[in-house]
Amino acid sequence: MAILELTNISKHFGAIQAVNDISLSLAAGEVVGLMGDNGAGKSTLVKMIAGNYRPSHGTMRMEDRELVMHKPVEARQHGIEIVHQDLALCNNLTAAANVFLGRELRLGLGPLKILDYAGMYKRAGQIFAELKSETRPRDLVKQMSGGQRQAVAIARTRLSNAKIVLMDEPTAAISVRQVAEVLNLIRLLRDQGIAVVLISHRMPDVFAVADRIIVLRRGRKVADKKIAKTSPEEVTGLITGAIEQV
Amino acid sequence: MSTTANTMAKTIEQKQQSWLSEKLNSQTFWVFIAVVFACLFLTFATDSFATTKNLYNITRNVTFVAIIALGMTLVIITGGIDLSVGSVLCLCSMVLGVTMHAGYGIEVGIAAAIATSLIVGAFHGVLIAYIGMPSFVVTLGTLSVARSLAMVASGNTVVFEFGPDHDLLLALGGGAWFFGIANPVLYMIVLALITGFVLRWTRFGRYVYAIGGNEHAARLTGVPVRPIKVAVYMISSLSAGIAGIIQTGWLGAITTNIGAGLELQVIAAAVIGGAALAGGVGTATGAIIGAALIEVIRNSLGLLGINAFWQGCFIGGAILLAVLFDRVRNFRQNDE
Repeated sequence: MAILELTNISKHFGAIQAVNDISLSLAAGEVVGLMGDNGAGKSTLVKMIAGNYRPSHGTMRMEDRELVMHKPVEARQHGIEIVHQDLALCNNLTAAANVFLGRELRLGLGPLKILDYAGMYKRAGQIFAELKSETRPRDLVKQMSGGQRQAVAIARTRLSNAKIVLMDEPTAAISVRQVAEVLNLIRLLRDQGIAVVLISHRMPDVFAVADRIIVLRRGRKVADKKIAKTSPEEVTGLITGAIEQV
Repeated sequence: MSTTANTMAKTIEQKQQSWLSEKLNSQTFWVFIAVVFACLFLTFATDSFATTKNLYNITRNVTFVAIIALGMTLVIITGGIDLSVGSVLCLCSMVLGVTMHAGYGIEVGIAAAIATSLIVGAFHGVLIAYIGMPSFVVTLGTLSVARSLAMVASGNTVVFEFGPDHDLLLALGGGAWFFGIANPVLYMIVLALITGFVLRWTRFGRYVYAIGGNEHAARLTGVPVRPIKVAVYMISSLSAGIAGIIQTGWLGAITTNIGAGLELQVIAAAVIGGAALAGGVGTATGAIIGAALIEVIRNSLGLLGINAFWQGCFIGGAILLAVLFDRVRNFRQNDE
């Protein structure tokens, strides 16, 4: 049962065809690795799913209803969460403040509402516990390791009832031990029935955690295979164009 | 049972430690200590410091810089700067003076002055947040424009007759209605409490810090960055307008050079109080304490019989020391 269904999606910016006639589907509890060289169209595709761009052609359907979004906030309302490559964290704020950024819990009635510090610390603490992360809600993000920062960014996706989580290069620029932490976080999300789209350049990470791999080249989908039926060598060939299509 | 009690005790101890270390780590706290020591020293070193009259003067003189520093702190937290506050103060005073001089009541005068400040602030905010101009340049422009407009409005004369509500205006700024505390001090306290509350307890305050910490991240997470920035510049100008109204009442006369150079004192107060020009850091308490340190330095030089020409050296030294202190602390943290 597909949770998200893209049919013949294209996106062009002026004369540039960034994404060309791509169809794909995502199922609940599935991790899909989205791979491709720079400029292959990965980001554009993900930005359409995240509500940043509107497709030029084609349709998106989520749980059998047509999905039309005008801004990123709407994606969130539909249960699509994105973990940005730069994580979009404010170093000067606490972990809890970052988790709740843009959707703070508040107390009080009418226009005079105050921030619910206790509530946010508590809920953030619960989420970190669920994610088996040692991140403490009151710590400032600037004092955190790369893995902890990832945990804060991922914790955001747990606030709502997310059905799809898009992750942009979550394992770039962090240490080996932290990569293992992040891959575990991805497995945790999957086990809760969330569909995860993992954009990555790092072949070992994708093969470690993904169920399926989609390869893009020059805006087109050139492969969509179960992980067991492919190999790093084949995927490399598909990315570079040494292998035309499978 | 005893282990639970032990863990409890440990947690509490840790909490207290972190509270204490947080205080010891804050620039505001050390500047506060400096102010207290300076006051104690002056109390014993001079006969004239701890007199009712001198304390009355000091506390009142602090307010004008302090009130604007509250607004400035918000701007600085977002990573911006507002150089126009001195000129905006002058313009708002002049609008108030000219309106009341023309025979309108004090309500009309104050409403006109406040409206002027909000319009100037909104103008800044739109150019900065929506057009993307640097705050330094935009407010540098207004620094010039606002004072020029004040000259145009008044014909570059001194306004000292404020129509039917003349006495009320002077009492508002120059009186002391409660326990002999100068009225401006009361306004400052109320405004500081409001600013502190807004920064700490409201979503707006949280967004102000978020924008200063990482504007791009704030935008991606759905923070309405642009409207918040406009509001912040409006608040900054408003604080200058309020200070202008109070100062007019206190002085009883307005010239077109009031508030000249004030922006630098205000920025100095905010920075001494711990606001970081890179954005993301600053408090209302810091703004007040920073303003207090500047005023105490100024006052003490006079009382100690030191030539007033030295004032700039001491205030400049305080700015450098406060920020140097902050750097040294950061070095230590990075080393660990």
